[in-house]
Amino acid sequence: MMDKVYLDNAATTRVDSEVLKAMEPYFTKDFGNMASLHSCGREAEHAVEKARRDISKKVNGKDHKLVFTSGGTESNNFTLKGVAFANRDKGKHIITTKIEHECILNAAKWLEKQGFDVTYLPVNKEGFVELDVFSDAIRKDTVLASIIHANNEIGTIEPIRELGKIAHDHNVLLHTDACQSFTKVPIDLKKDNIDLMTINSPKIHGPKGAGGLFIRQGVKMEPLLHGGGQEFGYRSGTVNVSGIVGFAKAVDIMKDKHLKHMEKIRDMLIDGATDIPESWLNGPRGKDRLANNAHFSFRHIEGESLIVHLDLKGIAASTGSACSSKSLEPSHVLMAIGLQPEDAHGSIRFSVGKENTKEEIEYTLRSLHEAVETLRKMSPLK
Amino acid sequence: MGLGYTEKVMEHFKSPHNMGEIKNPDGVGKVGNPVCGDVMKIYIKVRRYKGKEVIGDIKFQTYGCVSAIATTSMMTKLAKGKDLDAALKISRNDVANALGGLPPIKMHCSHLATEALEAAIKDYRKTGKKKAK
Repeated sequence: MMDKVYLDNAATTRVDSEVLKAMEPYFTKDFGNMASLHSCGREAEHAVEKARRDISKKVNGKDHKLVFTSGGTESNNFTLKGVAFANRDKGKHIITTKIEHECILNAAKWLEKQGFDVTYLPVNKEGFVELDVFSDAIRKDTVLASIIHANNEIGTIEPIRELGKIAHDHNVLLHTDACQSFTKVPIDLKKDNIDLMTINSPKIHGPKGAGGLFIRQGVKMEPLLHGGGQEFGYRSGTVNVSGIVGFAKAVDIMKDKHLKHMEKIRDMLIDGATDIPESWLNGPRGKDRLANNAHFSFRHIEGESLIVHLDLKGIAASTGSACSSKSLEPSHVLMAIGLQPEDAHGSIRFSVGKENTKEEIEYTLRSLHEAVETLRKMSPLK
Repeated sequence: MGLGYTEKVMEHFKSPHNMGEIKNPDGVGKVGNPVCGDVMKIYIKVRRYKGKEVIGDIKFQTYGCVSAIATTSMMTKLAKGKDLDAALKISRNDVANALGGLPPIKMHCSHLATEALEAAIKDYRKTGKKKAK
């Protein structure tokens, strides 16, 4: 048995040792408040401004301000609520999709209670938003469209450039949640027609509690947090210097070779797992799939049992089964791509990372075959 | 692992008791629905012992989560050897308590397990009685 095989990198990742090293001085030496005037504060400020420049460069963010936040949930809430309230005079309609992360969906539901109108776009079987479905949903009073860049469950990468073009042709702002795709999919904020973009650190071997929102200059936003006016007045609160430094380091050390490695072991998983009878891959294959995501359904078994069987063998994965959720509802993403509830229950997501090895994937596949067989033997469904 | 299961639950999940089918059973009970993520099927063999009808053998098949599997396993363990009236008195709490408790959201699993047993006994009383020795 292998010690520990971590295949839940879409949930969060291990902090890279280089990242940790880069952060350390900002806890003990340059710990100052970057709003302070003394040199200790200035060192911190330099570090944050360098991080802001370096991260912005990665996505051609010349026309955007990068506002650091606590992570994806905050950036997504800030976008929806901040844009909705600042642009009320223009319109009260927001478009999003049925496959967003809960922080978008629940913020949108809250806005509905405040009197805003929200359209939740359907997706096709592979999880793509269709362009004409999007343009048909745009109304005269639409102010914002928020569409996830790469889906966190099934790994579908949306055609964001084309969606952004349609949004801009109709004078609608486009926000994308790039928590899963940032550094894994090339992004050019200008060419991709993105007005606002959410990014975060813990998915890319950076520390938790650090994230950001790119905001195109001129976009009207209300802040979520009022206070001392940090982060250009968009986000008050003492700036998380060490977290931001670590975030920038994590972005810096993500290289093409890591992506190639992830794609290779992802495809190993896909080929090996779909060898199991009555199983299939959810989401697309190839270049429109996130480099680190493999998501499967297995008939006649239930996901939580499968996850726990694998956990007993030291393998960490996740499931969209109802039984694993607090609500006892199957995953909204799997419902949106048209899976039957009984098939959604038997689903499992593996998300690989740069640290996973070929041997770990082979071990995982052997364990997966065994676990599915054990549970099917137990199952009355045939 | 954040699921809040007791060691006893994990024990029954890892090595379930009485798992499988009985050929020519005296009674069969099936409850649950694949749409909801749980299906339990119970097979019983009834024999006469000191003038009473006793569960001589019991087997189960379960599609479902850890708790669904563990509760069916525990229920069969509690029911085996009991006379039918005593077996019918096994409550959802008896099953949950024998497992050292269940997370509140999973209590319905122990309910399903006892319902499956009831269904099997009912089936026996309706159709299987003549077959039992």
